Amino acid sequence: MIYLTRKAEFSASHYYHNPEFTAEENRRIFGKCNNPNGHGHNYTLEVTVKGDVDPRSGFVVDLKQLKEVMHREVLDAMDHRFLNKEVPEFLHSIPTTENIAIAIWKRLAGKLNHAQLHRVRVYETPDLFVDFYGEE
Amino acid sequence: MKAHLSRRYLFSASHRLHSDNMSAAENEATYGKCNNPFGHGHNYVLEVTVSGPVDEKTGMVCNLIDLDGFVCRKVLERFDHENLNTLAEFAEQAPTTENLCMRIYEIVQRDFHFAHLERVRLEETMMNSFEYAGGEGLVK
Repeated sequence: MIYLTRKAEFSASHYYHNPEFTAEENRRIFGKCNNPNGHGHNYTLEVTVKGDVDPRSGFVVDLKQLKEVMHREVLDAMDHRFLNKEVPEFLHSIPTTENIAIAIWKRLAGKLNHAQLHRVRVYETPDLFVDFYGEE
Repeated sequence: MKAHLSRRYLFSASHRLHSDNMSAAENEATYGKCNNPFGHGHNYVLEVTVSGPVDEKTGMVCNLIDLDGFVCRKVLERFDHENLNTLAEFAEQAPTTENLCMRIYEIVQRDFHFAHLERVRLEETMMNSFEYAGGEGLVK
């Protein structure tokens, strides 16, 4: 078994708000992130896949295919978007880094040839990141 | 659904690696430049990883306000801009980054209750780092 990680970057805006909370609760729980006009981040996405090395190609996964899937499923949908308003997953859930990692996992799972998805890591800033390993 | 959340913090401290159980020559041989009696300092990067189910109402493993507040009060205020050798934790043991990493793990493990602590990772410089995830500590 060998692990391979591919990185990509995307930039997006978001805000945190739960309509079930009062305005005061939203402000207290989400702080600055509750500003309804949104704010943005440069996200770094790391997708780690695992599998056996194909003896003929020497690859664990076709990197070109992985890159295409990441672009098609994630970057085309999220890059330069307002996540709350333009990405279907976040019309009814909050685009926290946790939920973004889970959404990206669901978008990628099952779309990779041969290799198996191991981990999705999303950096919101260099000092904050979330890892998701699928439903355990 | 369970996710891992990691947060990085910066603090600066000085230390000297020295053991009273070793001769001067042994200390010199073991710790090299780090045995300089006047000490030296580092900008440490602390990486704390916690895990737990993502709360459906907030979308969070734990609120960063709670994690940041805890780490600032209990860890950064304790170690930032200190000479580690002068602290009680290191009265009996050298303030290596291994030991510092374990002490920080213990603080978070003992008193932070908003999420499960997975591991503490401590970068001493850009070129070296240490991780502790509980379990076996010091070699007897």
